[in-house]
Amino acid sequence: MKKLMFAAPLALFASVAIASDLEARVEEMMLSSFKANGIASLDRQKRDEIQKACSSPTQPDAETMKRLEAVEMQTIQWPANGDYWQGGSWEEGQRIALSGRGLTWTDNADTVNGGGCYNCHGLDPANESAGTIGPALHGYAKVRGTSEEIVKYTWGKLWNAKAYNACSDMPRNGFGGILSEEQIRHVMAYLFDPASPVNK
Amino acid sequence: MRKKLLATVVGTAAVLAASSMTSAQELNFDEYRQMLRDGNPAELFEMEGEELWVTARGPKNATLEQCDLGLGPGVVEGAAAQMPRYFADTDKVQDLESRLMTCMETLQGIDSKEIIDGRFRQGERGKVAAIVAYVTGQSHGHKINVDLSDPKVKDMYDLGEKAFFYRTGAMDFSCASCHSQDGLRIRATGLPNITTPEGAAEGWGSWPAYRVSNSQFWTMQHRLWDCFRQQRTAEPIFGSDVTIALSVYMAGKGNGGEAVWPGVKR
Ligand code: HEC
Ligand code: HEC
Repeated sequence: MKKLMFAAPLALFASVAIASDLEARVEEMMLSSFKANGIASLDRQKRDEIQKACSSPTQPDAETMKRLEAVEMQTIQWPANGDYWQGGSWEEGQRIALSGRGLTWTDNADTVNGGGCYNCHGLDPANESAGTIGPALHGYAKVRGTSEEIVKYTWGKLWNAKAYNACSDMPRNGFGGILSEEQIRHVMAYLFDPASPVNK
Repeated sequence: MRKKLLATVVGTAAVLAASSMTSAQELNFDEYRQMLRDGNPAELFEMEGEELWVTARGPKNATLEQCDLGLGPGVVEGAAAQMPRYFADTDKVQDLESRLMTCMETLQGIDSKEIIDGRFRQGERGKVAAIVAYVTGQSHGHKINVDLSDPKVKDMYDLGEKAFFYRTGAMDFSCASCHSQDGLRIRATGLPNITTPEGAAEGWGSWPAYRVSNSQFWTMQHRLWDCFRQQRTAEPIFGSDVTIALSVYMAGKGNGGEAVWPGVKR
């Protein structure tokens, strides 16, 4: 009995030690198994806090998620001129939504990045070859309206999706330098302009 | 005979490549797959690989007929279905491609560095792909059977599982971002859920494959390389630990599923 009580904490300690050893070996492997190629440098193999926290099949507890989201929320840059979408062009936004280009080792620093939105979302109901990793956004403004609240939320979501859902599968477009502020405004127009095919 | 097959196969591929598929057709790719079933262009690579296996080559002017893929020197049938596996002579868990590098180096004197630093579909790395077509073809219809009771294999499986969920790079993706839910698509392309035995067997058991969209034959090393490219990581090194670990994870998870090698893909 006494022996058992002694053994249990030891076993627990051992399994924790093995788990952190595995973690360290994976980090090492994710560096040593790669080489830099053009714009795809080895920095990409190092995770920031949110990537680390979301690297397992189960997401962190609610409190941690909230804390991580608050940090990401601080990174959002709201439009300097207060213009969320009116000055954008839905036609431009459509091109950005359709393009999945950019940031691979076969791209270069001059490549104009796309948002790759269609990889994951249905947007224009007429486009049948949209992905389904994210929710369908057909009729976005028609369904949700154009209140300040929804417009602001959408800008924030596009700038840094992790501010609203720490372990979202959606990239952090603004924060990560994937899309510029101007490009985000165009995509916003694609979602909100009544003339956009998304809202037809 | 060979010439005739070549003609039909090239003909089919050209027709498919030339007809620009509409999105609706893309969604119905199963029909194309059915059409190709009788003449998978990968057969050309199988034939080339079989010839390479028995041809004396390299500085040592030797064939690969004494290559041990885990079932004894020269045994090819069923060998790929049990890979990756642990090899005592190299003290490493190896997938088919890294094992072939070992055989080419020790038996034929072909420097592995040439393959590791090479490019897909070219030079010696291209020859490895043809041999992969031949060897995996000899496991067609076999059940995937990776030995997870071997502690060294299990260790790689654990590393592979971690790597699968490892979020990194410019878009915060891990393999799981695209391959951990049932029935999802990127654009019109279906994505298997590799975290389930069925999805893992579907993914692992259908590569290497002939890709109709670009008329190219791709091995699993090539497949993983392109997924990492889409993941926006740095470039994985050919045959590196991460590629082996992920292969063990997928093959081990898919154990018991059927290998339909070589496959044919959109
Ligand atoms: C790799 C996948 C992926 C890409 C690329 C992606 N998203 Fe998302 N997106 C998601 C997922 C998954 C969700 C739902 C989970 C969440 O809330 O983060 C989502 C949520 C959203 C939402 C919130 C929907 C709601 O109901 O509140 C909007 C708006 C959105 N995405 C727009 C976009 C736009 C526009 C782009 C391109 C610039 C884009 N997304 C690119 C995966 C993606
Ligand atoms: C951003 C998206 C994305 C990421 C991240 C990604 N993949 Fe893929 N993967 C794809 C797409 C798209 C295909 C289908 C490609 C095709 O058929 O041409 C695919 C195909 C595959 C297949 C073949 C499946 C089949 O049945 O044909 C395997 C296996 C695979 N991926 C494994 C991985 C692994 C392992 C990782 C992580 C290292 C990974 N993928 C990361 C998008 C991705």
